[in-house]
Amino acid sequence: MALLELENVDTYYGRVHALHGITLHIDEGEIVTLIGSNGAGKTTTLRTISGLTPAAKGQVRLRGKDITHVAPDEIVRLGIGHVPEGRRIFGRLTVRDNLFLGAFTRKDREGIRRDQEHVFKLFPRVKERLDQIGGTLSGGEQQMLAIGRGLMSRPRVLLLDEPSLGLAPILVDQIFDIIRDINQEGTTILLIEQNAAKALAVANRGYVLETGRIVKEGPTSTLLESPDVQKAYLGI
Amino acid sequence: MPRAANDPSFFVQIVIYGLANGAIYALIALGYTMVYGIVELINFAHGDVFTLGGFLALPLIAAFGLREDQSTGLGVYLVLLVVALIVMLLTGSLNVLIERVAYRPLRNAPRLAPLITAVGMSFILEGLMYMWQGANNVHFPDLLPSGRISLGGSASIGAKDFIVIALAVVLVVVLTTFINNSKLGKAMRATAQDRDAAQLMGVNINRTIAATFFIGAVLAGAGGMIFGLYFNTVRFDLGFQSGLFAFTAAVFGGIGNIQGAALGGLFIGMVKAFSDAYFTSQLTDVWIFSILILVLVFRPTGLLGMRVPEK
Repeated sequence: MALLELENVDTYYGRVHALHGITLHIDEGEIVTLIGSNGAGKTTTLRTISGLTPAAKGQVRLRGKDITHVAPDEIVRLGIGHVPEGRRIFGRLTVRDNLFLGAFTRKDREGIRRDQEHVFKLFPRVKERLDQIGGTLSGGEQQMLAIGRGLMSRPRVLLLDEPSLGLAPILVDQIFDIIRDINQEGTTILLIEQNAAKALAVANRGYVLETGRIVKEGPTSTLLESPDVQKAYLGI
Repeated sequence: MPRAANDPSFFVQIVIYGLANGAIYALIALGYTMVYGIVELINFAHGDVFTLGGFLALPLIAAFGLREDQSTGLGVYLVLLVVALIVMLLTGSLNVLIERVAYRPLRNAPRLAPLITAVGMSFILEGLMYMWQGANNVHFPDLLPSGRISLGGSASIGAKDFIVIALAVVLVVVLTTFINNSKLGKAMRATAQDRDAAQLMGVNINRTIAATFFIGAVLAGAGGMIFGLYFNTVRFDLGFQSGLFAFTAAVFGGIGNIQGAALGGLFIGMVKAFSDAYFTSQLTDVWIFSILILVLVFRPTGLLGMRVPEK
């Protein structure tokens, strides 16, 4: 059984029919990437999974259990973490409070403390800025905080929406290294990226999204060799 | 000019009166600002919840057998405390109900819709209170001690002034500490800043918003009862003017900002006291709403508005 699966999902974003019959699955331990151009429906797919923009038709299942209409805060409790597009850290709260909110659903103080130490190990800069107001962090630091905060709920599946957007190239490499680390520690990852080359390099499998439909899927090695993918997303 | 502007004792007296007045405005302004911070709604019914606090205290005080001519001693304060807690619980619950039936269904509607609903809710509450207690001033029993301590010259501070100011300070400090440090307080601030992101942290925003309305109305209810104890009179439409003054206080301090609302309340109380004493009370509304307009035009973020970058 897949860890997370979408079956024939249709989602409306306001009046826009954003997703048309999306079917995809993610197995335990995988990194799966969703590539596609702007407006293809990548972000909407993640919002459908985490319940922010629930599906109008079809089903979202976690370990076979229907979670299509479960409220977003409950979905976090079920083990799905979502690092949203644009980081969305709480700019008027301290870095410490941002991390605290990341662990909002948890009560095991000791575990929270250990996970926070782990986040500091992944992102030493976050530790240095602990008492700073979130809004005063640089873009790269905010992205690190956003991912760190996403890890604080100790998710089984982590949804990452454009983690490299707007970052300096050296930081982009660092972020992708960390994504790989997080995955090796046992977190399953669904990754959305504009940077298709990087995404396909780090992922096991991928889906290509065009105007709300999945037009291609498969292991990343196959996608990398596909002429369509090369032409549209890799600039070859 | 009723009194010599150069009499220092008179000046001190007015400052104390302004502080006591301002303490009450501050209690109301906190609810305005908290609710605005989290749902960006000016809850016009908030002033009427304040009035209701005063009205609800009346039958409770009678039921506990307190009478102003014969009730003295420590027992009175204990009973008043119990009455206050019941009043706060009732106004808090009522505000949660108002949010549930009147505002939540409109949460994703254009912003004018909940605003108009809030005005309607205000009229409904005023109408109900009118039906219940009539159009005239209703006497509120004088249960606080009447002693005064001289401050030199002819100025003095009454026990009442002291109690009102102290209560407001305590409530503001408790609230600020709660919002800054408790889990629910952090959830409230997170929801105020970014509702979607807060949900992704596992925050139940419906519950968090309801809690905000509850706490705001608890303070307003306490404020209404304190008003009654201080001025010994309440009227069904009290919340209209007090509510607008408190709203001005919240805007002056920076709407959405807790400390700003407390500070704004004291400032507006002071303006009212000085206008009433040194000019004429007929002009007080003019001064206060001029301040509102000036702030909105020249510094819409208020005194302590959000100075930290959003993102």
